[in-house]
Amino acid sequence: MLREEDRVFTNLYGAGDWRLKGARSRGDWDNTKDLMAKGADWIIDEVKKSGLRGRGGAGFPTGLKWSFMPKEPDGRPHYLVVNADEGEPGTCKDRDVLRNEPHKLLEGCLLASLAMDAHLAYIYIRGEFHDEAERLEAAVEEAREAGLIGKDACGSGFEFDIRVHRGAGAYICGEETALLESLEGRKGMPRLKPPFPAGAGLYGCPTTVNNVESLAVVPDILRRGGSWFSALGRPNNAGTKIFCISGHVNDPCNVEEEMGIPLKELIEKHAGGVRGGWDKLLAVIPGGSSVPLIPKLVCDSVLMDFDSLVEVKSGLGTAAVIVMDKSTDIVAAIARLSKFYKHESCGQCTPCREGTGWMWRVMERLVTGDAGIKEIDLLLEVSHEIEGHTICALGDAAAWPVQGLIRHFRPELERRIEACKTAQAPAPAGTRAA
Amino acid sequence: MSGPTNPPANGADEAGPFAFTKANAALAEEIVGRYPEDREASAVMPLLDLAQRQNGGWLPPPAVAYVADYLGMPHIRVYEVVTFYSMFNLKPVGRNQVKVCTTTPCWLCGSAEVLDACRETLGIDLDETSEDGEFTLTEVECIGACVNAPVIQINDDYYEDLDGARTAALLDLLKKGEKPKPGSQTGRQCSAPVKGLATLISSGKMKGREGD
Amino acid sequence: MPKLTIDGVEVEVEPGITVLQACETAGVEIPRFCYHERLSIAGNCRMCLVEMEKSPKPVASCAMPVADGMVILTHSEMAVKARRGVMEFLLINHPLDCPICDQGGECDLQDQALFYGFDRTRFEEPKRSVEEKDFGPLIQTFMTRCIHCTRCVRFATEIAGVEELGLTGRGEDVEIDTYVEKALGSELSGNMIDLCPVGALTSKPYAFTARSWELGKTESVDALDAVGSAIRVDSRDGEVMRILPRLNEAVNEEWISDKTRFAYDGLRRQRLDRPYVRRDGKLEEASWDEAFAAIAGQLEDAPGQRIAAIAGDLADCESMLALKDLMAALGSANTDCRQDGARIEAGRRAGYIFNTTIAGIEQADACLLIGTNARFEAPLINARLRKRYLAGGFSVGFVGPEVDLTYRAERLGAGPKTLGEIAEGEHPFARVLDHASHPMLIIGQGALARPDGAQVLATARAIAEETGMIADGWNGFNVLHLAAARVGGLDIGFVPGEGGLDVAAILEAASSGGLDAVYLLGADEIDMAGLADTFVIYQGHNGDAGAEAADVILPGAAYTEKDATYVNTEGRVQYTRLAVFPPGEAREDWKIVRALSGVLGQTLAYDDIGALRARMAEVNRIFAAPDEAQPAEWGAFGTPGEMDPAPFAYPVENFYMTDPITRASVTMAKCTELARSVNKDKTGTDG
Repeated sequence: MLREEDRVFTNLYGAGDWRLKGARSRGDWDNTKDLMAKGADWIIDEVKKSGLRGRGGAGFPTGLKWSFMPKEPDGRPHYLVVNADEGEPGTCKDRDVLRNEPHKLLEGCLLASLAMDAHLAYIYIRGEFHDEAERLEAAVEEAREAGLIGKDACGSGFEFDIRVHRGAGAYICGEETALLESLEGRKGMPRLKPPFPAGAGLYGCPTTVNNVESLAVVPDILRRGGSWFSALGRPNNAGTKIFCISGHVNDPCNVEEEMGIPLKELIEKHAGGVRGGWDKLLAVIPGGSSVPLIPKLVCDSVLMDFDSLVEVKSGLGTAAVIVMDKSTDIVAAIARLSKFYKHESCGQCTPCREGTGWMWRVMERLVTGDAGIKEIDLLLEVSHEIEGHTICALGDAAAWPVQGLIRHFRPELERRIEACKTAQAPAPAGTRAA
Repeated sequence: MSGPTNPPANGADEAGPFAFTKANAALAEEIVGRYPEDREASAVMPLLDLAQRQNGGWLPPPAVAYVADYLGMPHIRVYEVVTFYSMFNLKPVGRNQVKVCTTTPCWLCGSAEVLDACRETLGIDLDETSEDGEFTLTEVECIGACVNAPVIQINDDYYEDLDGARTAALLDLLKKGEKPKPGSQTGRQCSAPVKGLATLISSGKMKGREGD
Repeated sequence: MPKLTIDGVEVEVEPGITVLQACETAGVEIPRFCYHERLSIAGNCRMCLVEMEKSPKPVASCAMPVADGMVILTHSEMAVKARRGVMEFLLINHPLDCPICDQGGECDLQDQALFYGFDRTRFEEPKRSVEEKDFGPLIQTFMTRCIHCTRCVRFATEIAGVEELGLTGRGEDVEIDTYVEKALGSELSGNMIDLCPVGALTSKPYAFTARSWELGKTESVDALDAVGSAIRVDSRDGEVMRILPRLNEAVNEEWISDKTRFAYDGLRRQRLDRPYVRRDGKLEEASWDEAFAAIAGQLEDAPGQRIAAIAGDLADCESMLALKDLMAALGSANTDCRQDGARIEAGRRAGYIFNTTIAGIEQADACLLIGTNARFEAPLINARLRKRYLAGGFSVGFVGPEVDLTYRAERLGAGPKTLGEIAEGEHPFARVLDHASHPMLIIGQGALARPDGAQVLATARAIAEETGMIADGWNGFNVLHLAAARVGGLDIGFVPGEGGLDVAAILEAASSGGLDAVYLLGADEIDMAGLADTFVIYQGHNGDAGAEAADVILPGAAYTEKDATYVNTEGRVQYTRLAVFPPGEAREDWKIVRALSGVLGQTLAYDDIGALRARMAEVNRIFAAPDEAQPAEWGAFGTPGEMDPAPFAYPVENFYMTDPITRASVTMAKCTELARSVNKDKTGTDG
């Protein structure tokens, strides 16, 4: 279990003051100028050393991502764009950072921007987070007034500003290029890559898009050293992580823990255990709606980090743990996710636009068993026709939950189809009620 | 940005001419200033939001056209934006937009019961507006408060840790013209676990620490 | 140059191209729906997926830039499987209405389904249906068939320059839509029909009239403006069923204007399909012999100087030369092809053609437009100007009334005064031209068809010479004509001979009884009142103003009904081809003149078109070099002198109706009506 002194988000639950004064009392903005003075290369090196992998779901090494930004100036400004469009079902960690630890994020923005020679950062926050956006804006204002950002950020001579931009209801804007499109005033339709944002991102300029949590841990990494962070967790799966535990647990909550904590321990220690006890567990979606579910047998021993979950054909994703006990209609639970992806598909590219709706409709029929037995394989094939064939990862995200369901619950699907057939079959003569 | 929320009057059903109020015009100017020169289009979503708030929660065609002209954008480009994002309404809505999250994490924790309570208390079904123009009921996808499931959003405010009874209670308050306190309806602190805080948080611990 | 391996074959390609293009150079065709080489890359259909070594997923070849050492497999299991999947997705919500779809037989989706489709559907849910949209009188929508490739949106936004189409909504509910339903405000909208890979956008006038495989296809050129767009005339049972563009990179690329495409119903209406002779004030049907006899009777004793001939805007070079030769034989020098009175001389070719060439526009970096609304007068040239504008670094200024050209252009002034300032180097735009490495100007008929046209022309020449438009390998001086006949007429020399009368003088003489006969070769745009009681011979194909004023009507052939020569505004000699026969007793025009010459005892010396074309080449060498834009030698033209300060006016007020064919077209009438109502709305809300 994470030691108290290794915790980054000490005000995760908002028990303390979120404002600058409170943040400072927790160590934020402490000698930021000194960290800045160590220079861009040092910052990137420390972040690389820390082993920090992006906390938005894909897990790409953050320091490496930063190093893709052009080193030689070509006249174009560089931008840092913060992805605060949290919307992955099951996930509500960035919300806590935004409302209770906004200054960690802002300080992280400054340090990351210095490392990438960006003088302006946009924080794209989902439109539904109204109060969070207002707090964030207030925090930005505080930081500006205190000279922490602005013409001479922290007295370093580095000019830097932060602007908050609100979304308007579209999950797809959490995809980094869709986010950039949206920020430029268009529909959130993902861009073709290449070019990648580091080459041509916001307004065609070099841009790095980072998740809120990824940036918010950067000040601590730099203060304590990359090796402190990398010592937590397991190799290639370092650091602390905010987990969101929802669903059928006694005490759903967000909690910061060490990467690699066993799933069972996470649920039992922090979320009060599965309702009715561990044995009542049916399955867990361990990383937000986009990753395939894992059945209890796997949950018994799996560790919560990138590599461990990939090994069991799932993923850490956003570390949003959705717990489902044995009372769950597992088919309906996944069908509801299929509806989500159908609703959130941007409609740009063929496989996702057409495939998500198809999968959802078949899933809806499978809930009642109103389907042919061959449709299970059809559904699987359709999911494979989507997967890997789309412009962005939403297609994959829509396919995986369905694949996970079929992988682990095929007998349940078959049972429903059989039951439905039996119920619909004409009853023997004379036994039928009027 | 802090546009006037919950405006007093419902927007007119007919599409009359639209223009920003003086206060909103000033705000609009400030918003446009957040983006680089020649990138005014970036302000389209905030300005549509502003226009929608001014107009009682929905965007009639003149408001869409107004924002387009304000930013020098072709109307169709703004119309694309309006139809893409779920928070823009092209039809009139009630003074209280009750948005019920029914995505899996909320569904697992009883969003169906919450939705039923909404239907019953408000006397309307999904995508309907009550006759007095007070309530519009909609289903929304995950609003990102999953450990406080089930949740609903009413206008800008989240109401969390609900069940049928708590939902009915808070809607009853609204019907009486009172404003229920947003946030957890069971009184818990944000996303903290209620029973047994396994991670006791003390603040101010990490000041200036080097790695250990 | 990057080397890559495509299906096991190593190829070396231009850097910066895409994998799809590289495959094409390697002779491997990649199926696609959204990709179009003249539009921006969307990458949304996913049909062009190919396998790329080291990539775990197939890549969209249309969007992937080539890199050295790439290994591409276009027909591997991964690639084919991906495409089959995409095809299945495209078909699940696509209606099975191919038998009643006008796209049938020329549908990309149908064709590709043959290679990648299943023979039965696995999709058991109800198919989506989408409401139709009103895109005006030219485009019929069947939105349920739409596969959301957004080619139409990109065409409207990029090529046509009218941002009126969009993809609205999201997910499976996305739709191609306009903000407020109305006609698309573009003169190029019909090209979306060609671009649409399925039957979502089809031709409204052509709807349900024919199947593509029943049509005879004739490659020809357009004559409804002076651009000379390459077209294909599709016909059946002696009728033109539709007109499509043909590729000609030098002229129209692969686009045509809506007038070129849709005016063909004017070829069927108000046709002059037999000779007429006016008897007792009334035009009566007559035989060819009777018609010729009536003319012979009138001309028998007429001295040459008391007869005149005016060639109209659709006249072909063969008939103009034949008529000019006949007039000469009759002793008349009173010939003119400039119905609008444009002050252009026939002598110095560089002074009346579009020297830069249309494709050459892409080399220019500054442009001065003088008295021309290119958007209405030559939409394809305007499209090329827009293309150049989009490439960046192109300053455009115009002198004339305010106009929306679909690209940013600075209004410099209203008329000659501004032009004079530019010529004197006093106007800031003179410096823009000076600093440009390839400056150009386009002078339109709005600046030339006025009494001081020769002075305006001289001023334009001065600007060209003083701002470096005339240089080695570059000629930036351009005249934009409106009429398909005009440059050919000037090349032939269909202008007043020694002591001959021009159009204005002919009309003046006619109105005072100074002429015994006027021969109108398809001339309908002159003031017929000026002809007064003069005996009028009208040779043409549509019953318009000229026919109404005629004493004898000789029914000729329209441009789709004859093998004829036209010279476009660039001076490019091109041939139309007979796609259908002229209706009834109507005949090819030069043959009519040739037959009449026999009746008049002045038999012309050519019996077939070969001999006539040899004579044309004798008159002007240019006719010996078809299809090319020949550089013209620079020299003096125009007449320096005082200009009238009156502002320029654009000659084309209504793009859709400019000649007897388009005026007879119901489709063009509908477009005219709609354009007027939209304009009225515009003034209503803007004013």
